[in-house]
Amino acid sequence: MHSPAKRFYTVLRLSMGSAISVALTLVGLIFVTFAVGRLIPIDPVVAVIGEKAPQDVYDKVYKELGLDRPVYEQFFSYVGKVAHGDFGTSAFTGHPVVQDLASVFPATLELATIGILIGVLLGVPLGVIAAANSGRWQDQLVRVLSLTGYSVPVFWLGIVLLLIFYGQLDWVAGPGRIDIAYDGLVEEWSGILTIDALRAGDMDVFYNALSHMILPAMLLGLSSLAYIARMTRSFMLTQLSQEYVTLARAKGAPERTVIWRHALKNARVQIITVCFLSYGFLLEGAVLTETVFSWPGLGLYMTNALFNADLNAVIGGTILIGAVFIILNALADIIYRFADPRTA
Amino acid sequence: MSTTFAQWLTTDRPASRAQARLVRLNLSFRALVANRLALVGLLVVLALVVMALIGPLFVGSPTDQVLADRLLPPSAAHWFGTDELGRDILSRVVHGSQITVRIVLMVSLIVGPVGLTIGIVAGYFGGWVDAVLMRITDIFLSLPRLVLALAFVAALGTGINNAIIAIAITSWPPYARLARAETLSIRNSDFVRMAELQGASTLRVLFNHIAPLCLASVVVRLTFDMSGTILIAAGLGFLGLGAQPPQPEWGLMVAAGRQYVLDQWWVATIPGIAIFIASLGFNLLGDGLRDVFDARSS
Repeated sequence: MHSPAKRFYTVLRLSMGSAISVALTLVGLIFVTFAVGRLIPIDPVVAVIGEKAPQDVYDKVYKELGLDRPVYEQFFSYVGKVAHGDFGTSAFTGHPVVQDLASVFPATLELATIGILIGVLLGVPLGVIAAANSGRWQDQLVRVLSLTGYSVPVFWLGIVLLLIFYGQLDWVAGPGRIDIAYDGLVEEWSGILTIDALRAGDMDVFYNALSHMILPAMLLGLSSLAYIARMTRSFMLTQLSQEYVTLARAKGAPERTVIWRHALKNARVQIITVCFLSYGFLLEGAVLTETVFSWPGLGLYMTNALFNADLNAVIGGTILIGAVFIILNALADIIYRFADPRTA
Repeated sequence: MSTTFAQWLTTDRPASRAQARLVRLNLSFRALVANRLALVGLLVVLALVVMALIGPLFVGSPTDQVLADRLLPPSAAHWFGTDELGRDILSRVVHGSQITVRIVLMVSLIVGPVGLTIGIVAGYFGGWVDAVLMRITDIFLSLPRLVLALAFVAALGTGINNAIIAIAITSWPPYARLARAETLSIRNSDFVRMAELQGASTLRVLFNHIAPLCLASVVVRLTFDMSGTILIAAGLGFLGLGAQPPQPEWGLMVAAGRQYVLDQWWVATIPGIAIFIASLGFNLLGDGLRDVFDARSS
């Protein structure tokens, strides 16, 4: 009795539900960062005017910053500002934080996207193979591989990879995003260097950018590979124990068809959900990876801001990563509901 | 009545509560060590704890500088070589295990009870208490852990204790969810009703009757998450936001050795291997424990 229209409305209603929950979570995120700003032992007024300013200047700035108003009023005006994209000015760069974030975010996005591609393209097949050979050496191998991926400190592995592939073998370019000789050669269009280079048709810049990117992207790929392979294995094991799989086998379908056509098809919704979640983790993993590879993205920006006690920048970065994370979570949820026929 | 101790420990007809508990513990332990990877994990974790407890007795000071002996490669005198200030890396790694164990223990001792309490309260009372607590849990659950820990450290200031607080603030939600789910599945059981009818106070029902049954899954999850805690703590140390020099924290040591890595590989590599082995040990153990205690995942 499920007409397509009815199904559409069910999904729409559920999506509205997630929209409300996303909004609530975002307000929660802003509240947490607001609380972080309150916790800081540095006097915000002194941070603006310095310690030697006279008392009347202090009082004036104190008022301008709204510190004389009740805390809840300060919170609401803070939410309003953030909703309008106003994260204040970075004390370190002197630019509005939003402008800084917009200029560093594409670099992180580029890295995380290549990372997730590596993770999905290798992780899903590995997970399927492990499930299909449950208990055998392939399964053990994938298990050890993914536990290694979970356990290895990325900042350390990054240094080791640099030592081997850059220091010893000289196969790839070193830290940074591009060699100085190639810097600024292509017109900035998307902020994503490989795309901009392709658009300009400059293959030298493209290869150089790729050579810089390969190590950090592989590093990020490993951590998402570990997670995706692990989850794919467990979803596939559930599917392979279902009756339709027994039926397909009994009808004489080749094992390869049973696994890759029948079972994987039914596990795909869950796998896609996991890939979305994993993408969110990657943005977070970028903080450490970027520090090791001097990759001029959001992570490096935030660590620099931390050392310069640039709280506006830290909080802006936290809200940006948090918001992307929350939205990816919600998207995963919606896709899960939309693609699963049992929801309607 | 001639039963051997081994039979007494594996009987399916225990004569007392104590025996029943011991049988269960024994069987779980056997299942755990039958899994070779879990056994390796258990041994690694035990080795880490032993190293933290008595290791410092066998090595020199982690902060003694011999500037004449800077950046020496591994040798008989310095098994892991020396660092940029001529300090023995072996003794720093051994002392560093104390910091790692301390962080893992403190974080677990904070988040376990907090998460458990929030979870059983939400699950037992239900209604708006549940709705409010779970909404807060969901918000924390959907925030990125490392980035949030960074923000908290930025506000609280650097140092091991603040790193512990920051990690704890960001890690309790999964335990609350877990404990809530377990509570929901048992709160309408006869034994809970029985306790209520006998006039047990709410606190007594919560902590004497419900909490013990949620404990196993919380402890398993804690073991599994300890590797994540080690990595985040080391990451904070690496960024210079956790432990401060001259503390022999492993992440901090990797960061210090980073600038010498092309010529003196051991300075940065060896503490990183220590982090990796410790983290892998907890992962293997947690993985094995989950297979034993959680029938759903096997």
